[in-house]
Amino acid sequence: MAPILSIRDLQKTYEGGFQALKGVTLDIEQGEILALLGPNGAGKTTLISTVCGITTPSQGQVTVGGHDIVQDFRAARAMIGLVPQEIALQPFETVLNTVRFSRGLFGKPRNDAYIERILRKLSLWDKRDSQITQLSGGMKRRVLIAKALSHDPRILFLDEPTAGVDVDLRKDMWDTVAELKADGVTIILTTHYIEEAEAIADRVGVIAKGELLLVQDKASLMAQMGKKQIEVQLDAPLDRIPDALAHLDLALGAGGESLIYTYDTNAARTGITALLNDIAAADLVLRDVQTRQSSLEDIFVDLVKGEAA
Amino acid sequence: MNWTAIGAIYRFEMARFFRTLMQSFLSPVLSTSLYFVVFGAAIGSRIQEVEGVSYGAFIVPGLVMLSVITQAISNASFGIYFPKFTGTIYELLSAPVNFLEIVLGYVGAAATKALFIGIVILITATFFVDLHIAHPMAMVLFLLLTCLSFALLGFIIGIWATNFEQLQLVPLLIVTPLIFLGGSFYSISMLPPAWQTVTLFNPVVYLISGFRWSFFGLADVPIGISLLAIAAFTGLCLAVIWWIFRTGWRIRS
Repeated sequence: MAPILSIRDLQKTYEGGFQALKGVTLDIEQGEILALLGPNGAGKTTLISTVCGITTPSQGQVTVGGHDIVQDFRAARAMIGLVPQEIALQPFETVLNTVRFSRGLFGKPRNDAYIERILRKLSLWDKRDSQITQLSGGMKRRVLIAKALSHDPRILFLDEPTAGVDVDLRKDMWDTVAELKADGVTIILTTHYIEEAEAIADRVGVIAKGELLLVQDKASLMAQMGKKQIEVQLDAPLDRIPDALAHLDLALGAGGESLIYTYDTNAARTGITALLNDIAAADLVLRDVQTRQSSLEDIFVDLVKGEAA
Repeated sequence: MNWTAIGAIYRFEMARFFRTLMQSFLSPVLSTSLYFVVFGAAIGSRIQEVEGVSYGAFIVPGLVMLSVITQAISNASFGIYFPKFTGTIYELLSAPVNFLEIVLGYVGAAATKALFIGIVILITATFFVDLHIAHPMAMVLFLLLTCLSFALLGFIIGIWATNFEQLQLVPLLIVTPLIFLGGSFYSISMLPPAWQTVTLFNPVVYLISGFRWSFFGLADVPIGISLLAIAAFTGLCLAVIWWIFRTGWRIRS
């Protein structure tokens, strides 16, 4: 099946010469959730803004459902809903009016039943006649989601949807995203929170300095995270791995003061018992034992650091 | 044409107007009454007639123009500046609408509000002076074109402005003086000849002159030139707005 969103060599250079996107290429399949991770200023928001039509691309091509975002902008944009990073709402409007306005703006005829369903789903129905100024920060964020969903988009962009929201609301937001996915909506979200990507994404992309460093299935990333290391600190440093331990997949730590063993936590046998027995048999005296698990965050930090170097 | 979107913008903008209907209604009634008291009664007692028309009636077209122009500019400039200020412009830019549809929505609403104010002032004026309109169709046409063209100018100002002070700058420093010096409350034939020539460089003169002609059949400049001037001004505003959306100036990075 053709990807619902196809980005080819997308570049954006702002006036003044800052290159925010350096040739991003990415395909997104219908119904998937992609989390874009990246530090501040990485180009996440520029990428989203360009696809949505807020920023003009300097080079490259983007199609949404096969429609070019420049040549065929009406068809492309009609498929997209955008929840911006900043809370941007007309303060004196009521919730219902502002959501109705969004639907009309996207060319859809008034449909009160549909709007009611969205507002109920987002727990906003009781507040439908409240002015935006009377709402809490979390509710305002939900109004932004309601506006983005008002025209029944097939792709939803969520730009840092849980930045600055409390833990309960974050969990609520994740549930909402899961429900939307169940409805067949494709979701692209940017986030600083690794745990958010772990919790809801099907695929994870890492972006830094305007380049997409990695796009990978979350499952295969989790497999990488499944690797664990045990570091055995020794009483006396070694200059090489003793022959008695050569059959094990060991590495020598810094200064020869430790032995590092990498194993798969998901494997039936981790080999830890054998390792410790063999170390004792080799007459090595242990000072300490530590275990370490690589996380998505480690992978992310390594990638971003590697890019910065 | 995305008529649903145009309608959505128009209704959204008009809703703000209806929320404050009493303010929108009372303020022009009050200010018009004050103008009639000050200009009509105080000055009118000294200037009996201007070119055969009682001074009170003579100032009505100028008074309508003064309010219509300032209202059209302020409504349109605020209408588009506010989404920029609150950040909600992201929605307009990401919606499947083109510049013409955005302009029609915002400018249409601003022009409607200005037209409403103009009509309220005209009705208020009938309580103070005996008013006969010689060319009603021409009067309506001038009124509509003025509402539209100055709402377009207001839209440009709203896009240009980067803060609330700038939003007031052009109306206060340029538009209001041009209206007051454009023969709103006097005939330019009352000025010394040199000033009459200077005044002809003021585009508002052509508007007020044409509008006044539709009331009394009196004009400072020929009616055809008045129509041409307002058409040229409307065209110029449209061209600037087309350029703004083409280049994304101050709205799209």
